[in-house]
Amino acid sequence: MAAELGHFALILAFCLSLPQAFFGLAGAHWRRPHWIALANRAVAGHWVFTLFSFACLAYVFNQNDFSVLYVAQNSNSELPTFYRFAAVWGAHEGSLLLWLLVQATWSLAVVAFSGNMPQQMTSRVLGVLGLISAGFALFILMTSNPFLRLWPAAPDGRDLNPLLQDPALTIHPPMLYTGYVGFSVPFAFAVAAMLEGKLDSLWARWVRPWATVAWMFLTIGIALGSWWAYYELGWGGWWFWDPVENASFMPWLIGTALIHSLAATEKRGLFKSWTLLLSITAFSLSLLGTFLVRSGVIESVHAFASDPGRGLFILSFLGICVGAALGLYAWRAPLFRSNAGFAPVSRETFLLLNNVLLVAATALILIGTTYPMFMDAFGLDKVSVGPPYFEAMFLVPMLPLVFLLAPGMHAAWKKASFESTKKILGILLIVAVVLGIAIPVVAYGWNGVMTCVGLIAAFWVAGAALVDPISRWRKGHSLPASIIGMSVAHFGLAVFIVGATTVESYKEETDLSLKPGQSAQHAGFEFTMTKIEDVAGPNYEAVQSEVVITRDGEQVAVVHPQKRVYRVQKNAMTEAGIDAHWHRDLFVAMGEPLGEGAWSLRLQYKPMVRFIWLGAAIMALGGIIAACDRRYRKRVTANEGVPDAAGAKTA
Amino acid sequence: MTPRHRRMALVSLIVLGVGGAVAFALTAFQDNLLYFYSPSDVTAGKAPTDRVFRVGGMVPEGSFTREPGSLMAHFELTDYAHNVKVSYTGVLPDLFREGQGVIARGRMGPDGVFVAEEVLAKHDENYMPPEVAKSLKKQHEKPTPTGPLPST
Repeated sequence: MAAELGHFALILAFCLSLPQAFFGLAGAHWRRPHWIALANRAVAGHWVFTLFSFACLAYVFNQNDFSVLYVAQNSNSELPTFYRFAAVWGAHEGSLLLWLLVQATWSLAVVAFSGNMPQQMTSRVLGVLGLISAGFALFILMTSNPFLRLWPAAPDGRDLNPLLQDPALTIHPPMLYTGYVGFSVPFAFAVAAMLEGKLDSLWARWVRPWATVAWMFLTIGIALGSWWAYYELGWGGWWFWDPVENASFMPWLIGTALIHSLAATEKRGLFKSWTLLLSITAFSLSLLGTFLVRSGVIESVHAFASDPGRGLFILSFLGICVGAALGLYAWRAPLFRSNAGFAPVSRETFLLLNNVLLVAATALILIGTTYPMFMDAFGLDKVSVGPPYFEAMFLVPMLPLVFLLAPGMHAAWKKASFESTKKILGILLIVAVVLGIAIPVVAYGWNGVMTCVGLIAAFWVAGAALVDPISRWRKGHSLPASIIGMSVAHFGLAVFIVGATTVESYKEETDLSLKPGQSAQHAGFEFTMTKIEDVAGPNYEAVQSEVVITRDGEQVAVVHPQKRVYRVQKNAMTEAGIDAHWHRDLFVAMGEPLGEGAWSLRLQYKPMVRFIWLGAAIMALGGIIAACDRRYRKRVTANEGVPDAAGAKTA
Repeated sequence: MTPRHRRMALVSLIVLGVGGAVAFALTAFQDNLLYFYSPSDVTAGKAPTDRVFRVGGMVPEGSFTREPGSLMAHFELTDYAHNVKVSYTGVLPDLFREGQGVIARGRMGPDGVFVAEEVLAKHDENYMPPEVAKSLKKQHEKPTPTGPLPST
């Protein structure tokens, strides 16, 4: 019964997204306040029914109703309750329902937080969001209905993929989707501005918090995915340049570019059409990511049972969204001229370089990700592009980007002389060079120029990020949230670079065989396997070993890596034993039995690996702080919106 | 800078950035493209001997051996027409087993044994790497395993 109700609610939600789209767009076009009010109601209705539908799916999971095909495929009576809830988005159909719910929630948020915007703008934005919701609801109803019945009902379910039975992974999809879908809001704003034919710095001020919040969720989502891959896929890497990871990383890069270009659009009325293009691109890449993951054109952990019909639908949807938006752009972009000028050395120039480099990085990743698909589609060789390509290519735009960041943060609008900051930036650079060479050499030994270059860049950025807040605080000047947010996010980037550089330069990894009682030396630690025993979990059996780690005779840690076999799916799963410490992880994973009680083990030493996710978390924190800036909440009249050319140095 | 100059600068910077990116990418491709070969291709001598490539197929029953007490493993890969011998040192993925489709990355040794640097097996027991499925289909053998259950 609940399944039918859920299905029915989903149909109603689809039906309500149509008036949201129609009355939103038409009401704004013909200036009918009643229609606009109707569109707002439709948003609320659409959200309520989507939520209800989602709740129904969660309910049938909780009730172990194996007469629902999707539940039978992705749950099991032995599955712990928490994972039964998370299983709702454990596979294709349910995760799309989650997508729709997130989309509806963003629309609702636009209604709730648009008090300072003209009604027509809000209405157009809601209209565009309604069209996107309608597309996704139709996608679910036509190709991926999670409420289909299975007759006769299965006696028990096939269980949730054991890889997904993990706390980080239960929140990874919602975070990632919130980010992906969040970029539909700047997209809708861009379309609305083009329809209206007007784009001023007020528009940029309305869009900025939305873009920043979407970016923040995407940052968290990607970081969680990376963290999960690190400990759950079992082999201790944190980024694999897998097509699916790239699919989420490309919108992130473009989103980052968008945030920065919006700053110039708000403060100086510059880069208007460029900002529009980035808004369109960010969401298009989110859709492209969905297409890549869901259509089965690429295979990875994430690619659920693929179905060409689904791929075709998403591809058409992508074509319609992007085609319509770009067509509108080609028609309207000439309207958005900016007349402000700026000197070759100015904050504008730095933001421009930031954008060029980020777009170049995205292009490099896009080429590497899609090239094998094109080769395959044209019946040419079967190829794949390996991580070495991405690792080498990604640094080419990223190194200059990071080195430009420190002066860029302190460049004034219009014309930058660096009079007040020249000295401190120089000192910081010298300190960064000294530390960047001394710290790695003293702590780990010389490893090459690139390690030092990476650390120097990170230290310089970290120092430069703190200059502005500290000097403002000491002089008793006001410290707006946007400045704190910017500094925190850039500081987070520096923390991330420290982690990524150190772990890639100094990680140590070995495979070996150990019997209980034997021990091995690795990276200055002694690993002793003390015992092997069988243990049982709620829905799995496991072989667990105990490994005692000592250094110079003193015990450092005891870890318990496991090799699990889940009862239903019979997949073997490696559960690594990790001793986490702020400046290093010790990582022990069990391979397979080698006979006579011996097991193959992989031992890893990962210095500073935690800084990678810590850095991402700090970046996200910076995003949320910046989005809370008071000026976004202020009600502004149209006249006030002229960019103050003197421009307080906010970004 | 006048708006026109600025626009020119913007456009040329973007063209330069994207153009540079493409040029870099194309050269890096040359070194990092991994080609996929089926065991039949390898047996026919189509695979390169001087660079890394990937070979995929099923691991035939009874072909897997491990040198006692060591991490050195030997197995074969087949597309049901030809077999390739593979050796690998290290921890094998969880889902590696006989009768399973796997992909190995490495290079051809002088003795005709493929020395794998990495072995991939997928996290779904019904899963078969698409390259493997396709090269098997070519051999008109054994149907590819179907997707997940249930027969409705």
